[in-house]
Amino acid sequence: MTDVTSSSAQPAFAAMVEHPAARALIRRHRLRWWELLPWAAAVVFYFAAPDYLGFGTGLLITILFALSLDLALGYAGIVTLGHAAFFGTGAYAVGLLAFHGIWTEPLSSLVIAAVLAAIVGLLSGLVLLRTRGLTLLMLTICTMALLEQAANMAHDYTGGFDGLPSLPIAPVFGVFEFNPLYPNTQFLYSLGVVLVCFVFLRTLVYSPFGQSLTGIRENLLRMHAVGSPVRRRLVTCYTISAALAGIAGGLWAQTNAYVNLSVLGLDRAATVLIVLILGGYGRLYGAFIGAVVYLALEHFLARIYPTAWQLGLGVLLVLIALFARNGILGLGEMLWQRHGPRRARS
Amino acid sequence: MTEIRLETRALSRRFGALVAVHNIDFKLGDGARHALIGPNGAGKTTFINLLTGVLPPSGGSVLLGGRDITATTQAERVKLGIARTFQINRLFRGLSVLENVCIGVAERVGAASSMVYPTGRRRDVIGESMQLLETLKLQDHARQRVSELPYGRQRLVEIAIAIGLRPKVLLLDEPAAGVPSAESHIILDAIERLPEHIAVLIIEHDMDVVFRFAKRVTVMVSGAVFAEGTPREIEANPQVRAVYLGQACHG
Repeated sequence: MTDVTSSSAQPAFAAMVEHPAARALIRRHRLRWWELLPWAAAVVFYFAAPDYLGFGTGLLITILFALSLDLALGYAGIVTLGHAAFFGTGAYAVGLLAFHGIWTEPLSSLVIAAVLAAIVGLLSGLVLLRTRGLTLLMLTICTMALLEQAANMAHDYTGGFDGLPSLPIAPVFGVFEFNPLYPNTQFLYSLGVVLVCFVFLRTLVYSPFGQSLTGIRENLLRMHAVGSPVRRRLVTCYTISAALAGIAGGLWAQTNAYVNLSVLGLDRAATVLIVLILGGYGRLYGAFIGAVVYLALEHFLARIYPTAWQLGLGVLLVLIALFARNGILGLGEMLWQRHGPRRARS
Repeated sequence: MTEIRLETRALSRRFGALVAVHNIDFKLGDGARHALIGPNGAGKTTFINLLTGVLPPSGGSVLLGGRDITATTQAERVKLGIARTFQINRLFRGLSVLENVCIGVAERVGAASSMVYPTGRRRDVIGESMQLLETLKLQDHARQRVSELPYGRQRLVEIAIAIGLRPKVLLLDEPAAGVPSAESHIILDAIERLPEHIAVLIIEHDMDVVFRFAKRVTVMVSGAVFAEGTPREIEANPQVRAVYLGQACHG
């Protein structure tokens, strides 16, 4: 690492970092109090809603999946509708290993899921990321469809359309069993994994690497002109994003104890995109808000109006697209800036 | 003229049947203040794109400090010391002015591939960027989003990013284009105060800018060098007046 701390910075620069703009940039990555809220809410949820822990586990996994997409789409501007390719790779990695009795230890299985998904991300990224826009979008869908068909055709190993049921997953740390009726372990285990992944991702987006991804999103030509190895950055980002999606998929397989073709489907890829757009992309916490709103709507609207609950979701999406291009979180930020306490502008 | 910094030998570029740049032999010395003028479609921007490696040439070579860099990529040439600004703003519009400059500086010092430490820990990068903004009198806008700035200041950010790369050769593609005349002095001031050792090549249509700034002028017409000399010589050259200066008056 080439980190230079303030002590070795030149004295002329030292005075400059006192400027409010510089101070804001220096402090940007610091933890703010409200960033603890989602995790506190998760703990409260665990105690307050023991009957909903299965729902909560699904929510956590959706959040992680949406976060992985946020890195690629929200930060680097990689337009993809095929992110389920990596979710599915992770899920099938865990499922195949467990079903065939090769490997059932959950944490190391997730590492394997991440590595395999990263390999798929790297190989497809090397080809795909030569293109942009609509071409890229189509190619990501194609990659996912190819994987889905491969999983379907390898019936002897993957169970084809029926999938792999009743996966044996070993207890976490050899102690905590996954109980399908009382998913306490599943919830806490998922919460731990999502927290670790989130800390990693948060570090990444506030790093100079993350900043350069934002630069690529904002202006590709300029990034080339400042000497940035744009292609390498994009492929690296896509690979990391794929690994995180793979972990989400692996978690899904473990906590549900089955895998089927739905993990690789366009439905799943579209849902996570909707979640991210709903919450707001390129801002980390959009994934949290989007997942909560989407799954809550799905859960409660489907109860009230089982046949047409998606209508409500559709109306909400239209409203978001028309009035809040940056999602619910973007809307909140805008209202805060307009009506919140005025801060001194430099 | 001092040491040759940038040189082209028989540099050419064809687009199908169109010869956009034809056999250009060009030299830019250390600390040069050189203007490239010519009518629209003369191949000036294509020439810049060949120098920066955006386009591969159809023939000929580009040398930087005597070294043949024809085969190097755009990113490598930036590392070797060739920076440019764009005729149309290419900025990180959604980011602050300070961040715009920081991204370039971080790439130059090799910080940009770091994934572990937050950007805020690189006080050297932030401090240097702030200082650069101060020399360009942009410090009061440092926190503003680029998209919120008036156009003239945005053009200045273009120049700031390029200077942040600490180039040996700076290529300015119509730096004052589109800037209202009330604001254009800030661009001119910035250009005049560029560090002396940088070799500057400026494409410009505004003859006042050219004659105020340049020590040498090259006139391009139809992809080839039509004339070269001091501003006085060029101004006095009847052929140049016919093809270019006259045309400018008409247009």
